Formats: sequence, C-alpha cells, structure tokens
Amino acid sequence: MNDFNLPGFYTLFAREVWRFLKVSIQTILTPVVTVMLYLLIFSSVIANSRQMLPGVDFLNFLVPGLIIMAILQNAFANSSSSLFQSRLNGNVTFVLLAPISDFEFCLAFVGASVVRGLCVGCGVWLAAGCFVWVPPVRPLLALALAVTASIALGSLGLVSAIIADKWDHIAAFQNFVIVPFSFLSGVFFAVSKLPLFWRRVSLGNPFYYLVDGFRAAFVGVSEMPPGLSLAVAVVFSLLSFAWALRLLHKGSNLRA
Amino acid sequence: MAAVKVENLGKDYGSLRALGGVSLEIGEGEFFALLGPNGAGKSTLINILAGLVRPSRGRAAVAGFDVRRQWRKARRSLGVVPQELAYDPFFTVRELLTLQAGYFGCGRPAKKWIDELIGRLGLEEKADTLMNHLSGGMKRRVLVAQALVHRPAVVILDEPTAGVDVALRSRLWVFMRELNRAGHTIILTTHYLEEAENMCRRVAVLNRGRLAALAPLDELLRRYSWRMLHLKLRSGSCGRLPPGLAELVVKTSGPEIVLRLHRDRDPLGGVFEELEAAGVRFSDLRIHEPGLTEVYHELTAEAGS
Ligand SMILES: Nc1ncnc2c1ncn2[C@@H]1O[C@H](COP(=O)(O)OP(=O)(O)OP(=O)(O)O)[C@@H](O)[C@H]1O
Ligand SMILES: [Mg+2]
Repeated sequence: MNDFNLPGFYTLFAREVWRFLKVSIQTILTPVVTVMLYLLIFSSVIANSRQMLPGVDFLNFLVPGLIIMAILQNAFANSSSSLFQSRLNGNVTFVLLAPISDFEFCLAFVGASVVRGLCVGCGVWLAAGCFVWVPPVRPLLALALAVTASIALGSLGLVSAIIADKWDHIAAFQNFVIVPFSFLSGVFFAVSKLPLFWRRVSLGNPFYYLVDGFRAAFVGVSEMPPGLSLAVAVVFSLLSFAWALRLLHKGSNLRA
Repeated sequence: MAAVKVENLGKDYGSLRALGGVSLEIGEGEFFALLGPNGAGKSTLINILAGLVRPSRGRAAVAGFDVRRQWRKARRSLGVVPQELAYDPFFTVRELLTLQAGYFGCGRPAKKWIDELIGRLGLEEKADTLMNHLSGGMKRRVLVAQALVHRPAVVILDEPTAGVDVALRSRLWVFMRELNRAGHTIILTTHYLEEAENMCRRVAVLNRGRLAALAPLDELLRRYSWRMLHLKLRSGSCGRLPPGLAELVVKTSGPEIVLRLHRDRDPLGGVFEELEAAGVRFSDLRIHEPGLTEVYHELTAEAGS
C-alpha cells in the first residue's frame, strides 16, 4: 500500500456518486417517500401514548430507526446494483484494466455507498420533520453510526454483487437477509419488549446495535450502552469490508 | 526492451487447456498480428497481459513490467480494445472517456487528447450522446478511444473491426499506422486475414492454445510453396495436356484449367516448354501467388490434425 492511485480512486468514487445522482428519483427520492408513507400510517394509526422507551414518544422512537434502516438498505442497494450492472454490461472491465488496486476499488464503491446513505438519511430526517422534529442530541455519534453502517452495508453490497450470477441473487440477498435483519432490529419496537428467546437472538444481530445506538444519538435513551453499539458497528463494518476485499483479491467472477 | 514478453505462458479453465505454454516476444514499435481460429486462445493471452485473467503457469510482461508483480506500471503501459462490446449506459461518450482517463490518473491534461480521439474516430456528432443510444459500430469506436485515452506504449486490439463499416475500418488503420509510426507497438487479432497481411510485419498463429507459427509475414508467405496457374486453353488443346502436367490440374471449368505448381519443382519456364512441346495453346494466363489465407489454412489444418 506504499503507492495509492489517488486520482484513479477519486475518479471511480466520483463515477459511483455521479451514477446514483443521475438516477436520483429512484435512488434518493423513492426511499424518502417510502419512509414518509410509514410515518403517515404510524402517526395516524398508532396512539402516541404507547412508549417503547421510558420518556420517548413513539414517533420520536420510530424516526431514528427509520432513518438508519433507510441508510442501511440504500448503502447496500448502491454498491450491489452498480457493480452487478457493470458486471452484466461488461463495463467493469474498464476499471479492471486500469491501475486501480482492489483496496482502491472497494474504497471507491463503499465511499459512494456512504454518500448515498448520508443523502438518503438526511432526506428522510428532513422529510420526517413534517411529522415530528427529532434533532440528534449527539450528532457526532449519529454521524459515526451512519457512516459505519453505510460502510458495512456498502461492503456487503459488493460481496453480493461479486457472488451473484443473476439479478435474482441480488434480490434474494436483499429480501431474505438485509430486509429481515433490518426489520427485526428494533426499528418498530423495543427489543426489550420481546420474549426472552427473541431478545437473545437480537443480541446476535449487528443491525440491532446500529439501530439502538443511532436512536440513542437522537433521543438520548437506549437499551445498550452507545459505546458498545459503536464498537459493534466498527467491527461489523471492518469485517464486511475485509470480506469484500478478499473476494476481489481472489478474483471471483471478476478476474478469471 | 520487448513491448511484450511471455514465457511458457499457460492457462487452464478447469480441465480445459486454453493456453498451453506459449513463449513469444514482441519488439518495441512492431505492428504485430495474432491470428488463430475461434477458441485458439488469442483473447486469453491478451487478457493475461491486461490482468483480466490470471495465468496458471509462466510469466508475462508488458513494456518490461511483470503483469503480476509490477501490475500498475504494466497496466499504464497497455491499452486494450476488448473483443466484447461492453459499455456503460449511464454516461455520454465524452463523460466516459474523461472517467477512463481519470482511472489512469491523467485527468485534465487528457482533455485535448480526448477531443482529438473523438475527432479521429469520427465521434464528434455523438460526443454528448448516451452510450446506450449509440449503434454497435459507434460503440466499438468508443472502445478504441477508451483504450487509447492514457496514450499507452502498447496497444492491443482484439478484433477491432468486427461490425465496423468500411469507412471506419480504413480510418482506424490509418490512425493505427500513425500511432505505430509515432513509436507505439500495435498488436491486433482479426479474422480478416487481408487486414493482417496489409498492416503487420510479423505474425503469430495460435492454434488450440499453442503457437503454430511465429515469423515475419514475408517469411511466412514464402514458406507456402504452392502457386496457382490459371490457363484459358484454345479449343482442341485440352486433350493434349502431357500426363506430367495433367496430374497438377486441380480445377477445370470450361476452357479454363487451374494448375497447382510447386515453387521449386515446377518452374514456370519448364511448364511452358512442356506445353509448347505438346502443342497446347492458350489464349490467356493468370498466376495467383499465395497470400496469408493459404498459409493460415495450412498452418491451422496441419497443427489440428
Ligand atoms: N472464462 C472462461 N471460462 C472457461 N473457459 C473459457 C473462458 N474464457 C475462455 N475459455 C475457453 O478458452 C479457450 C480459448 O478462448 P479464447 O477466448 O482465448 O479464444 P480466442 O482465440 O480469442 O477465440 P475467438 O477468435 O473466438 O475470439 C476456448 O476454448 C474458450 O471456450
Ligand atoms: Mg477472442
């Protein structure tokens, strides 16, 4: 790593950001609208009197969870769909021909996932302001968790795009892994309200720590110590990144 | 220093031996043709040089840089026009070329060169068109431009003229000649043998993953020792052909016969003397000297059997 192709990395990163901005209706507006629909339903159907965490109204409880869930899903979608489409079209070849290392390659794609995650996260947060304004009490913690969550899911997006042989596989990974894990991570409910068995299962779900820690950064109350959540998030993102890097290094499906 | 040097290079896909121990050296500034039937291993060899395929055995270097150990320098020295029509549907031609230049770390200074490439390849009108709105031939032009965007010392074109119209074909070759004269090494694969014959001074023929020939073009042409003599006979001469010559006739159509003559054993002078002695008279004659096509067929058939 003594030489780093900075312009090459930066160009690839810029390309990835540029790509999702070119289709921003789909990549930014759609997830924001989706979350607005959730909020519309929950705010009119569910009584605000029920508190999931002591002293926190339900909508205030819900909004940070929805923000981080949108970040997770969009960070994943960005790298997975971009790389997989490049593989299908064959144009990933042009990057592979360039003097760009595996590390630079991963970093550029994951970096773009982070930008997409933050764009969607901010969009959701601002839009949710129409229903309830939840300013973060610890903005730096919120930012750190948003970034680490995006790194983790952006890396997993790369992993799935490298392993997949058809769009179906990407969709399966998204619908059978990412979505269930993020729904079961305490976005809509407090895990402490679950039966003991499911509470134990949740403790093994890294998404749970991301959601719980992120909520702590907004409302100041959480089930787990925020420091632990941040530590889990960092380890989770590093492991995911290492996995993507390893696959790329092996060449799997990219270099024969 | 060699532009390309491969030593005992091999690639297996499972049990399939795509490339079986190829060694060759291509000098700086050469215009070189890599020929061979479908599946011979041409693209495999090229993709190893480009770092897209990892060799199972042997070594490869571009401009003196090992493609595995000094991959960054090797890739900077190499521009490849891939065989498959791959393109990025999100971007316009100019955006794509700018990105490609950026990957190689030559961003802003490349702008003028990109404009020149767009002009040279006849892409001016399409420069701001999205890639997926281009025709197949236009996409192929963009592939060529992409390969040249970082001014590589070695340029490899893997079937660059498949699906390209006549005008661009000649335009492309003029451009390649110019690059070659400016010192770039050009390596091309093609199934249009006359292209290779017109452009290249040295030729390698691959067959089933092995080198069937590696020689200067004229030497290769000389190796093929047969030529065809077409004679248009006057009426009544046909039956008089002496038995020694009748054996050499490979084709008869109406008054015209074709004799297959060996360059050394059947000198033309001798043939004409024999004809005259036998009273065979003809009204017209044509000699067909062998081209790369004949040599190629012999080489690939020989090695195949
Ligand atoms: N990724 C791959 N996996 C398995 N086999 C492959 C792969 N790529 C190429 N091959 C096989 O390797 C052999 C050589 O293929 P290659 O593409 O190098 O041929 P080629 O000389 O370029 O042919 P063509 O003129 O058709 O382009 C073929 O038998 C091909 O089927
Ligand atoms: Mg080929």
